[in-house]
Amino acid sequence: MRNITAAATTAVETPSPDAAVEVRGICKMYADMEALRSIDLDFPAGKLTTLLGPSGCGKTTLLKIIAGLIPATSGEVRVNGVAVTGPGPERAFVFQDFALMPWATVMRNVAFGLELKGMGKAERQAIARKYIAEVGLSGFEEKYPHELSGGMRQRVGLARAFAVNADVLLLDEPFSAVDEQNRRKFQEDLLRLVDLEKKTFIFVTHSIEEAVYCSDRIVILSRRPGRVAQIIEPEIDRTASPDAIRRDQGYLDTVEEIWQGLKRYVD
Amino acid sequence: MTIFGYRVPMMASLLAWCVIWEIVGQMGVSFLIPPLSDVLVAAFSLVQTGTWQAAALTTLNSFVIGMALAIVVGVMLGLLMGRFPVADNLFGIWVNIFVSAPLSALVPVLMILFGMGETTVVVTVFLFAVWIIVLDTRAGIQAVPRSLEEMGRSYGAGGLRLYTKIILLAALPEILAGIRLGMVRGVKGVVIGQLLVSIIGYGELFELYSRNFDMENFWALTIILFAVAMGLSALIENIEKRVEYYAGVR
Repeated sequence: MRNITAAATTAVETPSPDAAVEVRGICKMYADMEALRSIDLDFPAGKLTTLLGPSGCGKTTLLKIIAGLIPATSGEVRVNGVAVTGPGPERAFVFQDFALMPWATVMRNVAFGLELKGMGKAERQAIARKYIAEVGLSGFEEKYPHELSGGMRQRVGLARAFAVNADVLLLDEPFSAVDEQNRRKFQEDLLRLVDLEKKTFIFVTHSIEEAVYCSDRIVILSRRPGRVAQIIEPEIDRTASPDAIRRDQGYLDTVEEIWQGLKRYVD
Repeated sequence: MTIFGYRVPMMASLLAWCVIWEIVGQMGVSFLIPPLSDVLVAAFSLVQTGTWQAAALTTLNSFVIGMALAIVVGVMLGLLMGRFPVADNLFGIWVNIFVSAPLSALVPVLMILFGMGETTVVVTVFLFAVWIIVLDTRAGIQAVPRSLEEMGRSYGAGGLRLYTKIILLAALPEILAGIRLGMVRGVKGVVIGQLLVSIIGYGELFELYSRNFDMENFWALTIILFAVAMGLSALIENIEKRVEYYAGVR
């Protein structure tokens, strides 16, 4: 485990060439409430970085600012070197509550991003079918969201994000509305997909175990106003089986260390 | 419904009331209530007359135009009010006043404004139907989950496409409920409009039969009108059922 100290983050980081997403001096005010205070972060390409923190620390706000869904009060987000002014095709979002269109089939939901890009029906359905298979939902193409379980719905959300072939995937607590057993399976599947797709993942969660299990890099935000408190790079051998990882001493130590750091924010 | 363990079909109660009507009619309690069988015979011959067909056509014409306007204006205004607080503040009070106001009282004023013809009837239908459509559309738009809208935006649906591909579809259950309620009110509007003002179409026939105490034809007219109103409502309800699952899932 490598622990990058909080002190390092107060100085402006020099842009690293392999950063897919650069966050520079992001502040966010909601009326009188300061949600985020001068966030400087680099998200390395091809890695899974987790934003972790107590509830209300602004981690989802930061993710939505990166997505271009809400404007920052000040500061700048650059994706592949280009400043973000709104949502863009190089970023795809996975929502906490799935955000599937209830009137559309799994197929249409997954192909929706491609449909909006103006891609022809046969072409986009072929791509959608591939990703529906990849998330393990083959055979459910013509089902509607209300016919699926929570876990299956989020798989649709994940397939939709993969289908648009974005460089950066933004996941906002994707498994929090999924039951525990499904969540574990999901985390394992996600790691397999991270390995397979070679994309940059930014993942928001409030589960320490989930963060340590899935991440190459964990950014811990402090309580409101959100600031970068600590960056941790868990060095866990991911070639081991999921069950071995969960019993690994390094894994358990990292979980414990993060908990010790976060404990003071819990009332 | 079950009685003494037997399943009784839904329409059975209607049948029972029909039998009661027939008996009361046959007993000759009042000339206002002729036997149902006579009314049905009258209805059968009534629909074959040119007078009825012309009246029905006039009425249908006013109703369809008024309803179409009410749906277009109602959905657009409801959309504006649901999306923009400024519009909500500006129109909210008026919509709430008009939705509960006794609009029949306004009809004579409309007659002065729009004359004795069909225009007044169209306006009456519009005024009866539009407000509930506005209110229901507004409620539906406000119930659209934020995340669904964000989903649309983040996958590239900006501007108009956000409305046509996400927001209006997500609000469809409430919009349909509003249209169904609006249609029922619109049927009232068309008859009241024709009766009070123009004395044309269906209203003219109502006036004619009730003045001459021609109760068979009067009731025949009423039954046909009720059947049409209920049929329309059932039709929309049927479409509503198909999209009912929306509300639960989104």
